[in-house]
Amino acid sequence: MDDDAKLIEFEAKIKRGEKIEPKDWMPERYRKQLIRMMSQHAHSEIVGMLPEGNWITRAPTLRRKMGLIAKVQDEAGHGLYLYSATETLGIGRDEMVDQLLEGKAKYSNIFNYPSLTWADMGVIGWFVDGAAIVNQTMLARSSYGPYSRAMLRICAEENFHKKQGYEIAATLALGTQAQKEMVQNAVDRYWWPSLMMFGPSDKDSPNTPLLMKWKIKRKSNDDLRQRFIDLTIPQAQRIDLTIPDPDLKLNKKTGHWEFGKINWDEFYEVIRGNGPCNKERMTARRKAHFDGEWVRIAAEEYAKKRKTNHSNNN
Amino acid sequence: MADKKPAEPRSDRRDSQWLLWEVFTQSKTGLPHEHAGSVHAPDAEMALQNARDVYARRGPVTSIWVAPSDSITASTSSDSQPFFDPADDKIYRHPQFYKVPKGVKIFK
Amino acid sequence: MISNRDSKTGQALFEYLLRLGDDRLVLGHRLSEWCGHAPILEEDIALANIALDCIGQASNFLSLAGKVENKGRNEDDLAYLREAVDFRNVQMVEVPNGDFAHTIARQFLFDVYSYPLLDELQKSADGEIAGIAEKAVKEDRYHLRHSSEWVRRLGDGTGESHDRVQNAFEDLWTYSEELFFTDEVDDILVAAGIAPDLALIKKAWEEMVAKVMKDATLDIPGNDRYMAQGSRNGRHSEHLGHLLAEMQIVHRSYPGVKW
Ligand SMILES: [Fe+2]
Ligand SMILES: [Fe+2]
Repeated sequence: MDDDAKLIEFEAKIKRGEKIEPKDWMPERYRKQLIRMMSQHAHSEIVGMLPEGNWITRAPTLRRKMGLIAKVQDEAGHGLYLYSATETLGIGRDEMVDQLLEGKAKYSNIFNYPSLTWADMGVIGWFVDGAAIVNQTMLARSSYGPYSRAMLRICAEENFHKKQGYEIAATLALGTQAQKEMVQNAVDRYWWPSLMMFGPSDKDSPNTPLLMKWKIKRKSNDDLRQRFIDLTIPQAQRIDLTIPDPDLKLNKKTGHWEFGKINWDEFYEVIRGNGPCNKERMTARRKAHFDGEWVRIAAEEYAKKRKTNHSNNN
Repeated sequence: MADKKPAEPRSDRRDSQWLLWEVFTQSKTGLPHEHAGSVHAPDAEMALQNARDVYARRGPVTSIWVAPSDSITASTSSDSQPFFDPADDKIYRHPQFYKVPKGVKIFK
Repeated sequence: MISNRDSKTGQALFEYLLRLGDDRLVLGHRLSEWCGHAPILEEDIALANIALDCIGQASNFLSLAGKVENKGRNEDDLAYLREAVDFRNVQMVEVPNGDFAHTIARQFLFDVYSYPLLDELQKSADGEIAGIAEKAVKEDRYHLRHSSEWVRRLGDGTGESHDRVQNAFEDLWTYSEELFFTDEVDDILVAAGIAPDLALIKKAWEEMVAKVMKDATLDIPGNDRYMAQGSRNGRHSEHLGHLLAEMQIVHRSYPGVKW
């Protein structure tokens, strides 16, 4: 079969709703797009451990401390699942980690914002994991088998994160005046960056049509963003928190919330590396990696010695 | 990223992430092991420990297998015709092929 | 639970539960500082698991301590509203993490102590302690497997890893004797069949430490050095105050609220 025939068969397969598996033929562009998307996604999980890890040592009760550790640990697991799924496309985790540490790879902008109060642990879980669920539920139906399976596993855990986040936010919102102010402040800081998590508007997102044709993505950025907003506004209203957007209003005809203008300049600035915490996040990741090098090498050397001893004994 | 500082040179170009292992878990004794995912580890003992932490920390797992990923050989989709199709024709392999007199329960 | 927690036994039991709880709370807190900064992703997950187990065990022991004390304090009151001088953990768990070798060596020295202790506590005459220990000992069996395997790998890995972990053991040895400190709290509870004799645990500890360190090609540090003491009665290192300042800041800034 020549490549044209293979492409026809490949696209027919996708059209029939079948999954593409690692050893199946796939167009180079499909592989490249997947590696880009999936490794970015994996990096986001890993860098995403930092703003929440920042509050583990200060969590105000033992139950909250354990819930937060478990959550950050899950994010490490998500990174691990996603790196593994990406590895099926022929790139090593080693190479992906290097790309991140050398500043060549992107990760979600949201993690370049600082976590300033305990309330951020509520609002991050509620908004950021909530947005992640909207995105990942869509990706669980992605045409690439390993990606879709990783997403299914991840979505189940994200629900715990979102519930925990909303519970923290709700407890604060219904608490004392000081607690309420703390959580409103976090909502004010995290709302707009959370909307940016879905990426640029469809008209500025050149990859989208192809990604949708090959069912890597099943919905556009704007559709997903709208879904997140529609889900989140009533949740905020129920606990009496104000979303910092004067233009928000429910369109009774469409049933969708209309919202104000997103500051895309800020979005592109943060991507370019000029967000509040880009430097800190990368410095923390690099430090962990380079400080850990002697540990990783020691374990390898130990394994090597065991192997040689073993073959000498035989 | 604005900060263009390159990664510090490593002592050599060895893979910084250890070997890749495939993990198979059993959720209840008697059930088959199923592929759960992968982990990185320098050796089998660490692969087992890592697999436990990653794939058994939620939900019940009664047993774990790990195997180096490069020791696994997979069929390709172009194999799938000759490899798997015949099974469907060989009806004698399927339990529905055998009739059991009414009232007899052989699978209790 | 023993039916007559008369004031003498009750008070000893309260002290003893604080020792059990505080060791695990402070150690779990230190381990959780690694979250997101470990040498490799798999180890982030492993250390977080152990931290979670420790804090969970602490929560159970402190909750029971509050019940025994019977003054209406729960596990959070005990964790967040006591001063450093009221904490009963050993100093070994409060010293800063240092490098990975230091964290592993500390974890190993503690696990070798904690595992046989919890194993014995399963037979405690106090049913509630026995219940907590029964669950905790399963977790500790795994902690010990993790830390001892890492001691072997670091000790017999590279020259650098060997030196680092050997140095870590030298530094930590100062704190090893405290693990086996006993006073009238132990006397009362051992007599009542509630707590095991730490002398027996010490023997098991010495054997296991010697075995693993030998496998790891490490030298056992000598006892001819300053040996820390006093923490079971509230005399700690300077580190604990800083650790608690961080741990308790949010809780104390908003007294009496729900979280
Ligand atoms: Fe996640
Ligand atoms: Fe999450």
